[in-house]
Amino acid sequence: MTEYLIQAQGLYKSFGENHAVNDLFLHIERGEIYGLVGSDGAGKTTTLRLLVGAMLPDAGMITIDGMDLFQHGEEIRARIGYLSQRFSLYEELSVLENIRFFAEVRGLSTEEWLPRSMDILEFVGLAGFKERRAGQLSGGMKQKLGLASALVHRPRILLLDEPTTGVDPVTRQDFWQLIIRLVSDERLTVLISTPYMDEAARCGRLGFLRDGSLLKSGTPAELRSALEGSILELRGEPLRELRLAAAMDKDILEVHAFGDRLHLRVATGKTEAVLNRLPDQLAGRGLKVEDVRIIPPTLEDVFISLTSSEIADA
Amino acid sequence: MNSRLFSIIRKEFIQIIRDPRTLAMILVVPVMQLFLLGYAATTDVRNVPIAVWDQSRSPESRALLDAFRSADYFRIAYDIGSDAEVRDLIERGEARAALIIPPDYSQRLLEGDAQVAMILDGSDSTVGGTALSTARLIGQSHATKLMQEQAARTGRSAEFNPPLEVRTQVWYNPDLDSAYFMIPGVIGMILFAITSILTATTIVRERERGTIEQLIVTPIRSWELVVGKLMPYVILSLFDTLVVLAIGNLWFKVPVRGDLGLIIGTSGLLLLSGLGIGLFASTTANTQQEAFMTVWMTLLPAIFLSGFLFPIEAMPPVLRWVSSIIPLRYYLVIIRSLLLKGVGAAALQNEIIALAIFGVGIMGAAAMRFRKRLD
Repeated sequence: MTEYLIQAQGLYKSFGENHAVNDLFLHIERGEIYGLVGSDGAGKTTTLRLLVGAMLPDAGMITIDGMDLFQHGEEIRARIGYLSQRFSLYEELSVLENIRFFAEVRGLSTEEWLPRSMDILEFVGLAGFKERRAGQLSGGMKQKLGLASALVHRPRILLLDEPTTGVDPVTRQDFWQLIIRLVSDERLTVLISTPYMDEAARCGRLGFLRDGSLLKSGTPAELRSALEGSILELRGEPLRELRLAAAMDKDILEVHAFGDRLHLRVATGKTEAVLNRLPDQLAGRGLKVEDVRIIPPTLEDVFISLTSSEIADA
Repeated sequence: MNSRLFSIIRKEFIQIIRDPRTLAMILVVPVMQLFLLGYAATTDVRNVPIAVWDQSRSPESRALLDAFRSADYFRIAYDIGSDAEVRDLIERGEARAALIIPPDYSQRLLEGDAQVAMILDGSDSTVGGTALSTARLIGQSHATKLMQEQAARTGRSAEFNPPLEVRTQVWYNPDLDSAYFMIPGVIGMILFAITSILTATTIVRERERGTIEQLIVTPIRSWELVVGKLMPYVILSLFDTLVVLAIGNLWFKVPVRGDLGLIIGTSGLLLLSGLGIGLFASTTANTQQEAFMTVWMTLLPAIFLSGFLFPIEAMPPVLRWVSSIIPLRYYLVIIRSLLLKGVGAAALQNEIIALAIFGVGIMGAAAMRFRKRLD
């Protein structure tokens, strides 16, 4: 049996009528990048808040590094770096003052905090901005400062809640390079929530959250191959009519537009049949089909099928 | 010293210094309020404009007018000649009173039963009431003076003894200068309002901006966060106390007769109440706006029922009872006594105990409610 670094069992958390986290089980191994994906309101943020002890679950157990979170909260928090979704550092304080504050309240002494802070700022690329007020940083720089503050006490576990939402693609790329370096060089374990499938693809393992529980988890490849049915890519025009017509086929479970093409999810075992009859069917309605072919499912296909599937409710 | 606590205090100070609005609230507003209220919230009546209809135009009537003039209370603004003018000036509010001296004033004076009429605008009861009693006083003392002069002239004994005389002695504030009463009240109100408003918003701000989430994952304990965040405001409020006290003393000439240590100590107790109310408000609110509204809604009745403006003795029993749970009420008694009477702690024992109970109680309740958690 693998010893999991983070283990959550049967977590529940409700806000009035809203069951934000509903019988959640989560297992995260040491040294991996685990991605928590799910649509808005699936319970990602609440899950992370429960894991750092910022909220108390209504029921369930959380064990981190072999310790019970509710009994050893402070010991565990000393090993965790957490970056919440909204930028939450002090805007009136400069970059260095922010890091210093978080270093000092984390117990770093006067001799320790400065070299450590400079190392971290160097690492995230903010050393040149150390005197700037946090309120005057760009969105991407704020996130890097947040990451730096979360790392200042040398945590072994990093929990990141949608760290790249609202950040430009170049900075997102930078940010991911930093995370990958932390995992490979410093052996950190990272739990990251993200709404972006291209980011999910970078994770070692993924967990799909829906309605507060973990629907499926595995490596990106496992999840792709576990997709029920297969994906056909259809190009042609007009796209709107093609989409409506394709959706009428009984063997086509879902149709989604991806830019100038459609992804059709076809029921298991029906791929050949659909592939053979669909072009003629569509042409018969006066629609122009340029290309239909089987493609390997993307994570987005998996995500959509999991989010919309009715089976999961059973 | 606890280094986490120290870090929080320093961080909070930096934030205050770099936030112009908070800084102004702490440094400028108290002084401004003191000057505003010190001058505007005075109940002293001075320079009340009056109209005079002197029908006598005699040396005797001029002597009476001189007596009115020499008191600071009245300013003879209009010299008029008809009833219609009296009515007109008082209706338009240009004169608050009219003094009418009849044509036979000097003749009647010799006969010993002279009368003059004083018409008062009672629409402002404070001004009207004071003007009435002042006019009576001036009249009486003028009459006494006339009698003494007459007695001297007729060779009778200069000793004139009215059958009854009430000799009044006003202690502590012999001129009944209302600044003496108002300034200590203003000090209390400022301290109470500033501490409660600032603490209410400062803790909610961490919640509103999301910084509380980062604090939660640090080993900071709840009490360290509360104390660390409040400490700068305690220090700055005590500084405010001294500034306001100094201005009250040097500018408004309000005496500081009591022990300074006792003044600061009891002010500290009031601060505890203000901070506690602010902290309590911020544990119930989600936004700075909400916290501010909560404090504001408790602040207004607290100020009105504290005896700051209206005497508690004059309130109906229900309101008097309500006022007994208002900490500012006790502080006002304490600070007025300390400044004006110079009494010691023993004379104020009950008020000090009441203030301490309230301060510790609300602070404790708020601290208990404050959790280092989001839910």
